[in-house]
Amino acid sequence: MSFEQMTSRAQSSWEAFCCHDRPRILVGVATCGRAAGALEVVEAFKAELSKRSLAEAVTLAEVGCNGLCFAEVLVEVKATDARRILYHGVTPAMVPRLVEGHLVKGEPYVPRALAVVEGPELDGVPRLEALPAIENQVRIVLRNCGVIDPTRIDHYVARGGYSGLRRALAMAPEAVIAEISAAGLRGRGGAGFPTGIKWSRARSAPGDEKYVICNADEGDPGAFMNRSLLEGDPYSVLEGLVIAGYAIGARSGYVYVRAEYPLAVARLESALARMTENGLLGRNILGSGFDFSITIKKGAGAFVCGEETALMASIEGRRGMPRSRPPYPAVSGLFGKPTNINNVETLALAAAILQKGAAWFAGFGTEKSKGTKTFALAGKVERTGLIEIPLGLPLSTIVERIGGGVGKRRTFKAVQTCGPSGGCVPAQFLDLPVDYEHLAKVGSIMGSGGMVVMDDESCMVDVARYFLTFTEAESCGKCVPCRMGTQHLLRILTEITQGRGTESHLEELKKIGDTMQKASLCGLGQTAPNPVLTTIKYFEDEYRAHIQEKRCPAGVCRKLIQFSIDRDKCTGCRVCAAACPVASITGEKKVPHAIVQETCIRCGACRRACTFDAVTVR
Amino acid sequence: MGCADVSLAVEKVLDRYERARHNLIPILQDTQEAIGCLPEAALARIAAYLDLSANDVFGVVTFYSQFRFRPPGAHHIKVCEGTACHVRGSGLLVEELTRKLGIEVGETTGDGKFSLERVACFGSCALAPVVVVGDKVHGRVTTKRVGKLIGEHGGPNDPSEAKSEEEPAEA
Ligand SMILES: Cc1cc2nc3c(=O)[nH]c(=O)nc-3n(C[C@H](O)[C@H](O)[C@H](O)COP(=O)(O)O)c2cc1C
Ligand code: FES
Repeated sequence: MSFEQMTSRAQSSWEAFCCHDRPRILVGVATCGRAAGALEVVEAFKAELSKRSLAEAVTLAEVGCNGLCFAEVLVEVKATDARRILYHGVTPAMVPRLVEGHLVKGEPYVPRALAVVEGPELDGVPRLEALPAIENQVRIVLRNCGVIDPTRIDHYVARGGYSGLRRALAMAPEAVIAEISAAGLRGRGGAGFPTGIKWSRARSAPGDEKYVICNADEGDPGAFMNRSLLEGDPYSVLEGLVIAGYAIGARSGYVYVRAEYPLAVARLESALARMTENGLLGRNILGSGFDFSITIKKGAGAFVCGEETALMASIEGRRGMPRSRPPYPAVSGLFGKPTNINNVETLALAAAILQKGAAWFAGFGTEKSKGTKTFALAGKVERTGLIEIPLGLPLSTIVERIGGGVGKRRTFKAVQTCGPSGGCVPAQFLDLPVDYEHLAKVGSIMGSGGMVVMDDESCMVDVARYFLTFTEAESCGKCVPCRMGTQHLLRILTEITQGRGTESHLEELKKIGDTMQKASLCGLGQTAPNPVLTTIKYFEDEYRAHIQEKRCPAGVCRKLIQFSIDRDKCTGCRVCAAACPVASITGEKKVPHAIVQETCIRCGACRRACTFDAVTVR
Repeated sequence: MGCADVSLAVEKVLDRYERARHNLIPILQDTQEAIGCLPEAALARIAAYLDLSANDVFGVVTFYSQFRFRPPGAHHIKVCEGTACHVRGSGLLVEELTRKLGIEVGETTGDGKFSLERVACFGSCALAPVVVVGDKVHGRVTTKRVGKLIGEHGGPNDPSEAKSEEEPAEA
């Protein structure tokens, strides 16, 4: 089948999928949706439709994540008119109402309608693109997530899929690389290295056998951009990998994907099978004479394997320990051959660039940071989820507009970008444009896109200690600065959070951190001190309160705090007592309660449960 | 699982793979999937098949956190310790579980019903804190809900207490 035949068939099946006369229900069933109960909702729809003998007449499809994870379970319903409504927080119990009311009678259920996706206005329901969570976003990477059924390659093809690959295959490999360079694409996996330069180094490295690798190890705990993309649109990533293979002259590629992402692995496997069936993988791809195959390798749970040389050791069946560079992978990589390794998102962008052209891509973003970037917005914001923004957007727009802020009762304190390798960006830099240069200037890095928001109830010393717990456990132990450095940083931070901090500790932390940055073998050790150094830089007062006054201002570090109940505010409602896991709250109903300090474990459950702000921490 | 079953299961896995070192990790993963853990006999057989020293194979197994030497409980509970879950209180969930089940992280209950593990990020950070029981991912878990979850799986929890729990607030 020719490419033209394939696209025209895909077009007609996509039109049938979107057809206005046919009622349609889309349920978001990525991992986030599943965590909120999406599969139960799908079952409920199936049961309800078959009960009403509507199963034949209605399209029920499972799609990926559209990024509005805070509102899961998300369901889009369209009756026989052109209006598509997105519902949020759907439960199986709501399903009969949606089918009866919306599908059958054509009356949308307004109280749970989040937005009108398409079609005529509906009173009291905003349009999707006008939602504060959406209006500043630009979707290139996520162009298909939540839109297509990720098991259907024809959906991807109908939306322009593989036209980038087809265009690339008709060009000289050098011209493909030039296009990527002209677009100004920089790696989305952490360091932001120009992708075009990387590709041309691998291309010009001598050798007949070369490899390309897609790094889907996404190790930053608190980030899920790559997972969502692989689950919602695996095809774009694989298309980018084939293009990269063609550009550098490789015939085989690998996807190294985290073991904790079973659904992403399943989606990748199914996508590979569909591509092979359609002549998009294997011999003589699209009649171009180019042969290419892809193997999936599952990680086995080691953060350091996201580092490129460690990742390659892992594919080779060894302990995933990094080695020193040079030689760079472009010269000597997997099995000693020239290898190009890119992040999931970098590859999805490469496919888009080949499809729409370098100039189009370079039209987004800033002078030095082109295009868009996805971020996993999590932590203490109202609207958590996956977002994609043009680079250079101010941090405040992300936190306040898109994320909806930290809520009325709290105040914004900092954002941690790129998890354990990144740094915190404090509230005073809310106007900071989010791009590679500006984040580096304040001591953080863009990284792969994890963005965890913290408020006044987050203790920055505890946060630093948390990250060091992680890096200390994940340090592979090969080089001394990282192995010993993480242990010492963690030990000192633990002392401080437990009230044994001393005056000399701050200097020690800085000195050890500085040594690690300079002397560690790989990025893990070089960046592990970032959370400590940036929190000391911006929150030294908080460290000092712990060290000098043995006090945790945020009320987090348990050895330093005590909860008590304000008798004037307490109404005696027993809510806190019910929340207490160790039954340490006494007092009759309607009589002010008290906390038994001897048995209290200082978990703060009472404080979170109290709606009258009567529980105080000190 | 008896010794005979173990070696049968291992042979079945080995049948699918060429004798090449780069197959070591997939072989270990499939073996663990089939048996539930990686007993010494299985490692020795895999080492012999790939012509590696047992020491070499042991080194790989201990490097990766996915591999274990002892089988998990019937209901394996994983609590996320990722950043998003940490700032939203996943530590409290671990405490609640250790208290209710009477085991520490990494252990299995005496009756073999539950085992407890901490994992770095399931990628469902937007629904933090996250707990996975078996294959099922649960988002926005509260300490109360943890009790209910183990109760549902036949663990120590007072069901009447669990009933009164509020569902997560509307978005
Ligand atoms: C400790 C450590 C962990 C890393 N984890 C990842 C990861 O999960 N995903 C990723 O794409 N890159 C990760 N990297 C960066 C990779 O080494 C490499 O730079 C990247 O995959 C290159 O892709 P890019 O040029 O497309 O950004 C990590 C680096 C280090 C030092
Ligand atoms: S931090 Fe817990 S799922 Fe990501």
